[in-house]
Amino acid sequence: MFDKNEIKQLKKKKNVWEEEKVQKTLNRFPERKEQFTTVSNKIVDRLYTPINVEDFDYQQDSGYPGEFPFTRGVQPTMYRGRLWTMRQYAGFATAEESNNRYKFLLEQGQTGLSVAFDLPTQIGYDSDHSLSQGEVGKVGVAIDSLKDMEILFDGIPLDNVSTSMTINAPAAVLLAMYIAVAEKQGVSSDKLKGTIQNDILKEYIARGTYIFPVEPSMRLIIDIFAYCAEVVPKWNTISISGYHIREAGSTATQEVAFTLADGIAYVEAAIKAGLEVDSFAPRLSFFFNAHNDLLEEVSKYRAARRLWAKIMKERFGAKNPKSMQLKFHTQTGGSTLTAQQPENNIVRVAIQTLAAVLGGTQSLHTNSKDEALALPTEDSVRIALRTQQIVAHESGVAETIDPLAGSYYVESLTTEIENGAMDYIKKIDDLGGAAKAIEKGYIQKEIMDSSYEYQIQVEKNERIIVGMNKFKIEEKAPKGLLKVDPAVGEMQKAKINQLKSERNQKEVESRLRALKDAATGDDNLMPYILEAVKAYATLGEICDELRGVFGEYEQSVII
Amino acid sequence: MGKTIRVLIAKPGLDGHDRGAKVIARALRDAGMEVIYTGLRLTPEQIVQSAIQEDVDAVALSILSGAHNYLLPRVVELLKEENAYDDILVLGGGVIPEEDIPQLKEKGIAEIFTHGTSTQVTIDFIRNNVKNSVRCS
Repeated sequence: MFDKNEIKQLKKKKNVWEEEKVQKTLNRFPERKEQFTTVSNKIVDRLYTPINVEDFDYQQDSGYPGEFPFTRGVQPTMYRGRLWTMRQYAGFATAEESNNRYKFLLEQGQTGLSVAFDLPTQIGYDSDHSLSQGEVGKVGVAIDSLKDMEILFDGIPLDNVSTSMTINAPAAVLLAMYIAVAEKQGVSSDKLKGTIQNDILKEYIARGTYIFPVEPSMRLIIDIFAYCAEVVPKWNTISISGYHIREAGSTATQEVAFTLADGIAYVEAAIKAGLEVDSFAPRLSFFFNAHNDLLEEVSKYRAARRLWAKIMKERFGAKNPKSMQLKFHTQTGGSTLTAQQPENNIVRVAIQTLAAVLGGTQSLHTNSKDEALALPTEDSVRIALRTQQIVAHESGVAETIDPLAGSYYVESLTTEIENGAMDYIKKIDDLGGAAKAIEKGYIQKEIMDSSYEYQIQVEKNERIIVGMNKFKIEEKAPKGLLKVDPAVGEMQKAKINQLKSERNQKEVESRLRALKDAATGDDNLMPYILEAVKAYATLGEICDELRGVFGEYEQSVII
Repeated sequence: MGKTIRVLIAKPGLDGHDRGAKVIARALRDAGMEVIYTGLRLTPEQIVQSAIQEDVDAVALSILSGAHNYLLPRVVELLKEENAYDDILVLGGGVIPEEDIPQLKEKGIAEIFTHGTSTQVTIDFIRNNVKNSVRCS
């Protein structure tokens, strides 16, 4: 970007500035800290100049929006064409209550749905399973069968809304239920738009809602890729997630590295199963965190886009530019919220929203101020959604594309994060890929080390968390938190009993047997799951059949 | 010198958020305690069994899923059934609303550590409250 002579001159002048100006000031006023770092412990220099980006090549490293390597964004006009999708992750208690919340959110101007399931649903247990006790309807909505799913989307036309579902191990079952509900509404599956998370590797690493061992889990994922390519072509078949890796305590670079390493594992598995890379890669999507370190986060998204584009083009030989585009959803960082002075969280979320938007996200969930304490109330969700709307309509940052490009700091940090992530990916390749690295506990250990280091910095007050380790006040316990009725468990149990007395039991049994047979062979399992779902087999019954054939994953415990 | 304090750290229920559990595990270990971390998805029955088998002085239960009102008292109940409650200190931590804490304490959870608690506070609490006073670390 700069010619060699100019850089030489600048270096000379910088030395003079440091020796004469800076030193003089330092002698009188030392800086606040010996060393400044990002929240991810990257050293931050006093000043960034063209010297930091002397090797930067605009065409090669940045290019134009919508063009390789997509550093500046995946679409040619970005938010000037259409704003990002404002998508609040929601769901609790019963399908009826969650349906009400979705309608409320749509009325408030939300533009897409995002379904949170309770833990039993995410782990493939019905509400009446002994392990579900105390968990039904707590962190999301309880879905036991197609019946619940019909209620969940009652009055919401599925051809007009895009729906993201945070579901992983049993993703195939919930997707099948969604397709079946749409069919009942008269909406054909080629019109359906949305995303399933379907990212099992990060469940093993950080999130914990796994069921089956690695191999059959990968098979289910690839079956979904293949099925959707033909039947649900607008569906994003996976959301490869760094969000939970970051929540578990990783750095920004680790978030990019481990997410893309997981992505590589899925692409490799699909190619190995005989799929052509450009047949499924355009439907891969990603999911990242937004923390408070604004400029590091913006650089992180830019680095992830550039690195993924290169990986798809150079490593996997993708030809379709859409296969090279890293499209992503963002959620603001839950772990950055404080239980103390919860109103302060509104400000944190606003900064994180800016980071996601300046980083070119395709959709965004903003956390509510009370989420370090409980699930959010309607009022606090409204403020979180309004935060996005204010950034969209009042801040001006959405009016031009990638406005921080060319900042010496942001460009230099973008390259630094990309290189750091690439180094990790090489290490993971050497270990035999992401699945092997997880099995060996390597990825978990790296995250754990970062998480513990951060904790120690906070406890030593080397990192200030406002309201938590500095600027504290005496507080009363917050009032008006959302409470999930403990009777939800009993209500769901009653629904299951009724369902089982009404459905055609013979058909359920034959559909489950067919699924089991298919699971022992190598047919695509999606059509079998869809038939079982339509016969009102429960989620737990379907997952139990698969558990019988596949077995269950055993966690490697790392501390 | 007495024996080293032994602590079982467990994740009851289906919750997969283990960042806090792991941080506490390391902090207690760095403070000289013997730590057994059981990993995810244990039933209260499994936790109580491990606690007894491992002969621990304290059980620290981490839970962020909202199922604390059921799962934490259940561990105490089972420890009592096994006549082990008098020897074992039961602690809880995670996303637990303040208004739930008094009833959890009434049901036998010695202390609840919520978001923002320094690990030192937990370490000190365990040292000062383990029921078998011959042990130290």
